[in-house]
Amino acid sequence: MSEPRHRLMDFVREEIMPHRFCSGCGCGTVLNAFTNAVEGLGLDSAEMVCVSGIGCSSWIPSPYFRADTLHTTHGRPIAFATGVKILRPDLTVVVIAGDGDVAGIGGNHLIHAARRNIDLSVFMVNNMIYGMTGGQVAPTTPAGVVTTTTPHSNVEPPFRVADLVVAAGASYVARWTTYHVFPLLESMQNAIKRKGFSFIEIMSQCPENYGRRIGLRTGIDFLKQFKEQALRVEKANGMSEEELKDRIVIGKLCDKERPEYVSELHRITREQVDKLKKEMGGAA
Amino acid sequence: MKKHRTSPTTDSRYKPARPFNADEFGRVRRILGGKVLFVQGDAAVAYGALLAGCRFFAGYPITPATETSEILSQLMPRVGGVCIQMEDEIASVGAIIGASRAGVKSMTATSGPGFSLMQENIGYAAMTETPCVIVDVQRSGPSTGQPTEGAQGDIMQAKWGSHGDYELIALSPSTVQECLDLTIEAFNLSETYGIPVILLTDGIIGHMREKVVLPEFEEIELTWRREPTKPKEEFQPFLVDSTKIPEMAIFGTGYHTYITGLTHSETGYPATDSQVDHHRLVQRLCDKIRDNRDRIVQVERDYSDGDKDTIGIVSYGVTSRSVNSAVKMLRQDGLKIDHLRLVTNWPFPEKEVAELSERANRIVVPELNLGQVYHGVREAVAGRSEVIPLWKTGGEMHVPHDIVELVKGGVK
Repeated sequence: MSEPRHRLMDFVREEIMPHRFCSGCGCGTVLNAFTNAVEGLGLDSAEMVCVSGIGCSSWIPSPYFRADTLHTTHGRPIAFATGVKILRPDLTVVVIAGDGDVAGIGGNHLIHAARRNIDLSVFMVNNMIYGMTGGQVAPTTPAGVVTTTTPHSNVEPPFRVADLVVAAGASYVARWTTYHVFPLLESMQNAIKRKGFSFIEIMSQCPENYGRRIGLRTGIDFLKQFKEQALRVEKANGMSEEELKDRIVIGKLCDKERPEYVSELHRITREQVDKLKKEMGGAA
Repeated sequence: MKKHRTSPTTDSRYKPARPFNADEFGRVRRILGGKVLFVQGDAAVAYGALLAGCRFFAGYPITPATETSEILSQLMPRVGGVCIQMEDEIASVGAIIGASRAGVKSMTATSGPGFSLMQENIGYAAMTETPCVIVDVQRSGPSTGQPTEGAQGDIMQAKWGSHGDYELIALSPSTVQECLDLTIEAFNLSETYGIPVILLTDGIIGHMREKVVLPEFEEIELTWRREPTKPKEEFQPFLVDSTKIPEMAIFGTGYHTYITGLTHSETGYPATDSQVDHHRLVQRLCDKIRDNRDRIVQVERDYSDGDKDTIGIVSYGVTSRSVNSAVKMLRQDGLKIDHLRLVTNWPFPEKEVAELSERANRIVVPELNLGQVYHGVREAVAGRSEVIPLWKTGGEMHVPHDIVELVKGGVK
C-alpha cells in the first residue's frame, strides 16, 4: 500500500525537500498560503511561471514551488517577469521575493511595473532585515533598531512599501502578516485573479537574524507581536501618524481596474498587423 | 472551483520565432521595402534582427544606439512582435532573458554606460545558457565619456565584463552591410550554443549610411534552440550529450523547468556546496565554445604573395576601413602587406593570428582604444613577431596615412 500523499504535494518539488528555512521562519507559512491559494483557484502549475530574486524568501518558489521557475539576479525578478509575461500573457506569472530584493536593490523595477500595471502578482515577504547575509539593515528596518551594519542604531525611516505601490498605480495592493494566514491566502487568490499589477506586502519573521536582536527569539514571539500590531485598514483610515506609529495596517489597500500593460502592447501589435494587411491588400 | 486563467486575451498570444518560414521572412522583406537600401548601421542591426526572427526587443535610450530602438519600436509591432522601453539597461537584459526563456528570439541594444550596467545579467544568461543578443554601439569612455563619438573600448569588457569563468561570442562588423549580416549571425550563434552573443559595433558605423543588400530567404540559414527530445518525466534541463549544449525547455510547455544563476547540477537544482558540480558546469560552459572555436571564428585574410618576411596588420570593426586604404597605399609602394581582419573578437582568433606571425616579421595593431586586442595578438604571436600598437582615442578614425607612416617607419 502506498503512503498517503498530501493534496498539496503536486505543487511542491518533493525531490529537493527538506527545505532550508530556519526554525520559526515565516517563509514556510507563505509557501503554505501560496500553494493553498493556487490549489483553491484550480490553477495548473504547468501554466504558471514563478520568478524570484536573491534572498531567503526567493527560495519559496525557487526551487520549492513546482512550476516553471526563473531564479534571477538580485533585485531583478520583476524585470525578468516582464519579458515572460509579454511573451506568454496566457500564463500566470508570480514573483515572490523579499523586501531587500523588491524594495531595496530592485525598487526601481517595482515602481515602474506598478506604473505600467503589468499583469503580474508580486508577493513581497517583508522580514525587515537582510536575513540571508546575516542581519544587515534593510530599507524596511524600523528606525532605532540595531543591526550588524547599524550597530549604533538605524537612523533611517523604513519604506512603507505597499503604500508606495498604491501611489505608483498598481491595480491591487494589500498588506498582511504571517499571523493572518487565511486572509493572506484569500488575498493571494484575489491578487492572481485581478488583471493588472497586484502586490501583497507580507510582514514576516526572521527570528534568527532579526528577532534575536530585538528581543523576539521565536517565530511565536513574532506572531504575537503581529497580532497586537495589526490594525485593519478600515479602522486606520483617519487616524493620525502618531496613532499609527508601531502599528501594521492590514487589509486591502486598493483594488481597481486600469488598462493593463501587456494587453495594451498586444493591442498595438494587432492594430499594426491589421493595418499592414490592409496596406498590402492581404498580401501580408 | 472553476479553472481560472488570468489573461483572457488569447488572440494576442505571442507567436514564438520557431516556425520562422519563408512567408514570415517575406513579410519582413516587404516591410523593409526594396532589396537595396541606403541606411545607418543602427538601422541595419534592426533590420537584421527582424530578418533573423527576433520578435522581442527591450532597451533604454542611449547615444549612439537609440536609433535601433526607435526603428524597432516602429517596425516590431508590424511583424507581430513587441518592442518596449524599460526603466534601465539592467531591466532591459532581464526582460530579454525572460522573453527568451518564454520562447522567442530577443535582443537589446546599448552603448558603453548601459553595457556596463548589463554585465551582471549577461553573466546570468551565460550561466543559465539562455540565448539572447546584446548590441553594444561602442562610444568613448570611461564613464560618460564622449557620447556621440565612436570607439573600440569595450572589447575586453565584452569578454570579461561579468564575474567568474564563462565564454561567449562577440562579433565586430566593419561595414553597414556587416551590421545586418552579423546580427543574423549573432542570433544563429546564440541559438546554437545557448549563450548571449555580443555585437560590437561603434558610434561611427552605427551612424554611418551605406548601401545594404537584403538577403533572400534561401541565402541564409536561421537556427533555433534545440527543444527537449525526451519525455517530461525523464528530461533534465542541463544534462548534455557530446555537444555539451543542453536542450532548452521553453516556459509554459509543461516541463516545470527550474532555472537559476546559482551553481546547479544537471537537474537544474542548486548544487552550491559541490566543488565537483561547480567545476563540471563552468568547465562545460567554456568547453562548449572552445571545442567549437573553428566553427565559430571568422576572419578575413588579405595577404600578399609569398609566405615570409611580410608586414602584418591585424584590425577589426571600423578600423579595418582605414587599414584597407593603407594596405593599397603600402602595396603601391611595393611592400608585402598581410591584412588579417578579425570578424570574431571572442573567442579570440588566436590560431589565425599565430599563423600570421609565421609570415610576418612585424604586426601592426591599430585600434580605437589604448590597447585591447593588442594584448590578444601579443599572446598569440608569442614573441615570433614584433607587435606594434597604433592606438587612438577621441572619436576619430585612424587616417590611412598614420598607418602607412607607422608601417614604413617601423618604429612607434
